[in-house]
Parts: sequence; C-alpha cells; structure tokens
Amino acid sequence: MIVGERKPLSEIREMLKGYKKVLVLGCRTCVAVCMAGGDKEVELLGSQLRIASKKDGDELEIVEDSVERQCDPEYIEPLKEKVEQCDAVLSMACGCGVQFMAERYVDTPVLPAINTNFIGVTESTGVWTERCAQCGNCVLHLTGGICPIARCSKSLLNGPCGGSHDGKCEIDPGVPCGWQLIYDRMAKLGLLEKLEEVIPPKDWTTSRDGGPRKIVREDVKV
Amino acid sequence: MKAGSNLERVLTEGNFAVTAELGPPKSADVETVHKKADILKGKVDAVNITDNQTAIVRMSSIGAAKLVLDKGLEPVVQMVCRDRNRIAMQSDILGAYALGLKNLLCLTGDHQKFGNHPTAKNVFDLDSLQLLQMFKRMRDDKVFQCGEEVRNSKKAPIVEPRLFLGAAENPFAHPYEFRAIRLKKKVNAGADFIQTQLIFDVPRFKEWMKEVVGMGLHEKVFILAGVMPIKSPRVIEYMKANVAGLSIPDALIQRMKGASDPKEEGVTFVVEMINEVRQIEGVRGVHIMAVEWEEIVPTIVERAGLLPRP
Repeated sequence: MIVGERKPLSEIREMLKGYKKVLVLGCRTCVAVCMAGGDKEVELLGSQLRIASKKDGDELEIVEDSVERQCDPEYIEPLKEKVEQCDAVLSMACGCGVQFMAERYVDTPVLPAINTNFIGVTESTGVWTERCAQCGNCVLHLTGGICPIARCSKSLLNGPCGGSHDGKCEIDPGVPCGWQLIYDRMAKLGLLEKLEEVIPPKDWTTSRDGGPRKIVREDVKV
Repeated sequence: MKAGSNLERVLTEGNFAVTAELGPPKSADVETVHKKADILKGKVDAVNITDNQTAIVRMSSIGAAKLVLDKGLEPVVQMVCRDRNRIAMQSDILGAYALGLKNLLCLTGDHQKFGNHPTAKNVFDLDSLQLLQMFKRMRDDKVFQCGEEVRNSKKAPIVEPRLFLGAAENPFAHPYEFRAIRLKKKVNAGADFIQTQLIFDVPRFKEWMKEVVGMGLHEKVFILAGVMPIKSPRVIEYMKANVAGLSIPDALIQRMKGASDPKEEGVTFVVEMINEVRQIEGVRGVHIMAVEWEEIVPTIVERAGLLPRP
C-alpha cells in the first residue's frame, strides 16, 4: 500500500490561513490502513482544527467526509456539492488523491494534509516500512524476493558496499542492510551462485527517470 | 600494457607497488595540492585523488589530479557513483584521459548522509561494478555504455580512454562470506588492480586473502593492501566509533593510548603492518592512506625499505 504520515498541525494551520470553510476529506484505502488519512484521522484532525481555531479566535468551519478512493473518478464525482460549498479542500489522501481532486475541482484549492512517504507494508501494528521503489522493471526473481533498489540505501545491484556491518546499513544502525537480507535469503534457497553474476546497468526508462508514466490497456479501455 | 601508466608498469614488472592518498582541499586552493604533491613525488608510484570523500564537497578529483600530474607525480583518479550518472561519468573520463590521466579507481561512494550536504539527492545510476564494466568496454571494445563507438563521427578516428582500472574491496565489511565473491565479480567486471579498505585486523585480512588466493584471483588482479599511519589515540578511537566498515582491535587502541610518542608509535605500527602484509601471498603492493598527514608518507616508505621507487 501507499504509506503516508500526517503533517504537523502547525503546518496544516498555516496552509489553511484565510479560509473560512474547509472540507477535510479522508480516503478509505491505503492511508486508512496506515492510519494517516482514514475516517478516524479525519475526525481527529477536524476536532484539532476546531479547537485550535477557537483558541486563536479564527473563524473556521470544518466539514468532514471520506470516500473509498480519491484516486478514482467514480468516488470523487459525488462530492461536487460539498466541495462547492467550501473555500478549500484539505485532502487526507496520498499525493495522487490530492492531485486527482484538484484536477476534478479546478476552482477550489485542494491542500495536502499528509506526506506521502513510500510503498510499503505493515511490519507490525504502528510500524510501516518501504518495500518497492516502483522502478517499473522488477528484479525480485534475481535477488531472493528482496528489492535492492528499495532496500539498499544506494540501490546497488551487485552486492553490498563496504558499509554493511552486523546486518545493518552504514546510514543508520536501525536500517537493515538490504544486501545482507538478500545474501541470507539466497543462501537459504541454495542460490548463492546466482549472486556471482554481474547484473548490467539498469534501464531506468521504466522508472520516474523516463518521465511521468502511463499504462493504457486496450483490452479493458472503455 | 592496457593504459601505459606508471602504476601499471611497476606492477606488471613484478615490483611491490606503493600508492598513497591525496585529499583535495575544501576550496580552490592550488597551493595545498602542489605542496602535498611535492612531498609525495618520487616516494610513491602513484597517488589516489579522492572524490568528495565522506560526501564533503572538495576540489574535483580530476581537477586536483591534473595539478598533481603537472607536478610530475602520477595520479589515480577516484570516482564514486553517488554524484554522477553514466552520462557525466563517461564524459568526465573522456576529459580526464584528454588531460593525460591514466589510472581510475571505481568506487560506490559514502552516503551523502555523512557529508556536509546531507539534504542532497544521490544518483547511484550505476554501482561500482557497472562503472568498472563501462570503462573496461570503453577501453577494450571502444564503445560507450549505450553501444555507440567512441568517435566523433563516422569518419573521425576512434579515440578511446585507455585507463588502468581499479576497484576497492573491504574484507572487513559483512557478510564476510560474500567479500571474496565480490572481489571475483569486480575482477570479472574489469578490475586491473584492487586497493583494499584499511587493514587493522590482520587475522581477518589473512583469512580473506586465503579465499582470494584459493579462487586464483591474485593471478588475475594486482592487490594493494590498504594501510594507515595512526596520528593519535583520538583518531583511532574516533574511527572505531564513527567510520563504517572497519575492524579495529581494542589492543591497537590501547597500544596507541599507552604510547609516550603517539605519532612515532603510529609510524612504527604502519611499518610493521606493511612488513606483515608483504609476506601474505597475493599482496602486490600497499596503499598508504595517511588522511591529512601526507607529509609522513616519505618516512613510512623509507622505513619500510621501499625506496627508491622503481
């Protein structure tokens, strides 16, 4: 899923300066699972904003709502009336949701309430970690199911650098060395000889480096 | 001879090679580079010019290398994958070769987190192996990484950069089991010589060299053992606490702390180390990394009995 984290209240307050009526809009998919922008978080942020504005003597009316996915036209279309009644939308979706709302509702400012961090997993309750860097050309079959692009701090494709120590990355003892993980997994699978091959330079055209990406599926297109 | 550099000649003729390290200044100060080059000239076979080491902005490796070359000392340009993509790297190497530089050491590079611009974006378009492979192809196959020939037009002559290519290897980083394999990969990718990470832990270095010799790699690549004179107990304590990828025995720290003249002890230690690694099968030279203490290198080389240079 896409993992995000809510921005500090002070930053959100700064963004909302001058607006009188704001729609705080949650998203019930990824950011709800990672507890950053679902129904509960909308309710919490709504209350925090009401309390803060009352304390500071601002006039701020908060409208709360959430949709299934802000990245899908069918779910954001029905918001038309609500959006038109507000000065701004404070989206609690990932960066895609914020942008898709802004594309649909061109006359209303759409502001981000969360930072979109990475594509990751729930390691345990309250702990999310990155797994995929969306390079668009998966190499997991070569590296024991552990991604060297996302898990190695330097995205190395041919083994660990000289900074791997006791299974940890040189940048932070809290970060596992991606290549130690790959090595251990390949050893377990009896596939270590595969790591002896030199992986050639990666074609980054499928990654962000190739410009904004697009997929068109003629078989499902309407 | 692949590149015809002095370092290549010294090694190919079977001599025990000596290289040192010269850190460019954190400014455009030419004098500092000239001064360091004057100290090292005639005392080493070539000198490595670091590339923004520990991710701190310094005079470029190629620029400083040209200043060193003009002083009559042969440089080894270092290049890391952190700051440049394949386009910039190949372009820089065409320029470096055009300036008369003939040795290149391909490195991954320290993460920018450690330097003075931790908010920078890193590149890592290639890793150090792919970098080696790219320059080997430019030299031997006369093609760029994209496959195009190294010539200005169809009618123009091919002028490829002929570099003596090096890589580093760290026998002290983990997983230990992969370190000799990684060396093998670097040899297969095109390494002509290897300069190792600093050796303080001789038993582990011997264990790694045994594996390397077992694989027959010492016959395919020239291995230079990395050594360092320790200037003070504070330096070695700092390194143990802060520098990734080193194995520093506590006994060494105690030895430096107990010394009445730490600088003298540091020199004695490194001379002992050179004499010890020289005995190990497969070691073809030493790489003396006297970080910000270049002036001590001539003393070390002399006391290790490695003068005059061939």
